[in-house]
Amino acid sequence: MVEETSDQSTEKPAWQDPAAKPFIQIENVSKDFNGFIAVNKVSLDIYQGELFSILGASGCGKTTLLRILAGFERPTTGRILIDGMDMTNIPPYERPINMMFQSYAVFPHMTVEKNVAYGLKKEGIAKEQIQTRVAEMLELVQMTEFAKRKPHQLSGGQLQRVALARALVKKPKVLLLDEPLAALDKKLREHTQFELMNIQDQIGVTFVVVTHDQDEAMILSSRIVVMHKGELIQCGTPKEIYEYPINRYVADFFGTINLFEGNVSRVDDKTMEVECKEISTTVKALSSDTTRVNDQLTIAVRPEKISISKEAPEGEDLSILKGIVWDLGYYGKLSIYKVRTETGKVIQVSAQNRIRSAERVLEWDEEVYLSWDIQSSVVLTE
Amino acid sequence: MNRQRSTFLITVLCFGYAFLYIPIIMVMIYSFNDSRIVSVWGGFSFRWYLALLDNRQIIEAALLSLRIAFISATIATILGTLAGLALTRMGRFRGRILFTGMIVAPLVMPEVITGLSLLLLFVSLQDFIGWPGQRGATTIMIGHITFSMAYVAVIVQSRLMSMDQSLEEAAMDLGGRPFRVTIDITLPIIAPAMLSGWLLAFTLSLDDLVIASFVSGPGASTLPMWIYSKIRLGVTPDINALATIIITIVSIGVVIACWLMLRQEKQRQQDAQLAYKNNL
Repeated sequence: MVEETSDQSTEKPAWQDPAAKPFIQIENVSKDFNGFIAVNKVSLDIYQGELFSILGASGCGKTTLLRILAGFERPTTGRILIDGMDMTNIPPYERPINMMFQSYAVFPHMTVEKNVAYGLKKEGIAKEQIQTRVAEMLELVQMTEFAKRKPHQLSGGQLQRVALARALVKKPKVLLLDEPLAALDKKLREHTQFELMNIQDQIGVTFVVVTHDQDEAMILSSRIVVMHKGELIQCGTPKEIYEYPINRYVADFFGTINLFEGNVSRVDDKTMEVECKEISTTVKALSSDTTRVNDQLTIAVRPEKISISKEAPEGEDLSILKGIVWDLGYYGKLSIYKVRTETGKVIQVSAQNRIRSAERVLEWDEEVYLSWDIQSSVVLTE
Repeated sequence: MNRQRSTFLITVLCFGYAFLYIPIIMVMIYSFNDSRIVSVWGGFSFRWYLALLDNRQIIEAALLSLRIAFISATIATILGTLAGLALTRMGRFRGRILFTGMIVAPLVMPEVITGLSLLLLFVSLQDFIGWPGQRGATTIMIGHITFSMAYVAVIVQSRLMSMDQSLEEAAMDLGGRPFRVTIDITLPIIAPAMLSGWLLAFTLSLDDLVIASFVSGPGASTLPMWIYSKIRLGVTPDINALATIIITIVSIGVVIACWLMLRQEKQRQQDAQLAYKNNL
């Protein structure tokens, strides 16, 4: 498996290759809990070797979807295929899938070693072989010295490694991770994030991660799917989702974004102008084939895409507006400005602090110009 | 917190403890009474303890009580655990609340009613199928199982409800079939609850007079039954000696249990500290 993944990194990613066969196929899956529809007609293809994230706020159905994949919930409608085999009615103990639980679910009455060995014992593997495989796995997660410890003698980060080792030791085709980092403190999270990616890279197993943390999803994933109220909203690479969100929900869910509603006032082949009353400005954006004059839409601009300056900037493709600095915050590597326009709308701008200076470049109540390139205006039609 | 302690509170406290412990202390003191008449102090002696050893009836009754308590507690623990498992792990089914209520009903049922209904059951069973023949140790055991099983079920159920269900799911995910998962994971985790259920059932059975009196036959007398029948003929000092022995055994049991719990708690704290150090 390892060779396959290293090949893939040089080629086109699998999801862009029409000939590639998806490894996990979720076909039109719905789950109805006594009238509450937790998952609504979800179809999704996940390819071998991916680190795929399912992202959404709590209650969006992402955990239910994961539990359907693991076999703990049976879908009301639809099918699950793994490696071409229908898994819909296969019980969890017969699926080639393992899961790392949010609570880690490390068996409290067994030592670390026995926890990791449990799955192999159930497979009926010879004792010596179990020992070597457990030792290898503990080595991989750097827990060899704690092999004889009981779970209550371990810290959260160590428990997480035990859970990971236990899930991976059976060499599953797919590893499901339910909020893998939620129970760790911030510093440990960052460390573990990269470790998870390294391990995934080493063994080449397909990871499906459920998370509510968009930063985590962005750093970890090859692709992300955003869920909301049981439905899939958008699926794509972290970059696609951040830079080209398809609607307000996704735009807003991924970091901060400024939203301006408006009407299209002029369209040509490639560009358009949108009259935004909220900020009494004409915003320039790229048009699509379906854009018509008078269409109502929302323009979204990320704070880091907006330039802030004291002098009026010049440029044909810039959208420019004027405001005063209403609030500012210094965050070390960047500063965040909240700029109030004449119409009262507050726009957030973040700028890198490239010049080392103890004095502020901009002060409160200072008059400033905001501008951004035509490329940076994200058009949301919904 | 160097407040003047109120005399009133101290008096009330002393009064409360006196109310609780004076009867027990009286029994213990009079067990060493040399006099044949219970209420007259005739000097210190161990004679009633020696008399107990010679009393075959008492020893037999005590052994019977222990045997009944042991067997009925064991069976009640098995049945109660099964009931607890079914009620918590079967998911939502029609009438689950009714069944949960029905399992606790014996806890609030007056013992007289339980005893009477069991007696009626045994009598009619005798008429229909010719069993249980003579009432005695077996019928007492059955009676004790019926009510102590409810206690075990409640204790096990509450432990199961607080147990992280993902432990069982994780075991299943790793390839354990549901039955194996119950044996490998669920039972070891709820074992302490089962043990305390067993202990409770054991004590309840040892303690029971009412139900045993209803369902017992001429041949079998448990210790409480024997004591009760003796007292009806007048209290003899050897009962005091017996009571003292029982109190001593129970106290030792309680002290050991406390000591074990304290040690476990200390161990847990040390482990937590160890885990914290590892974290750094």
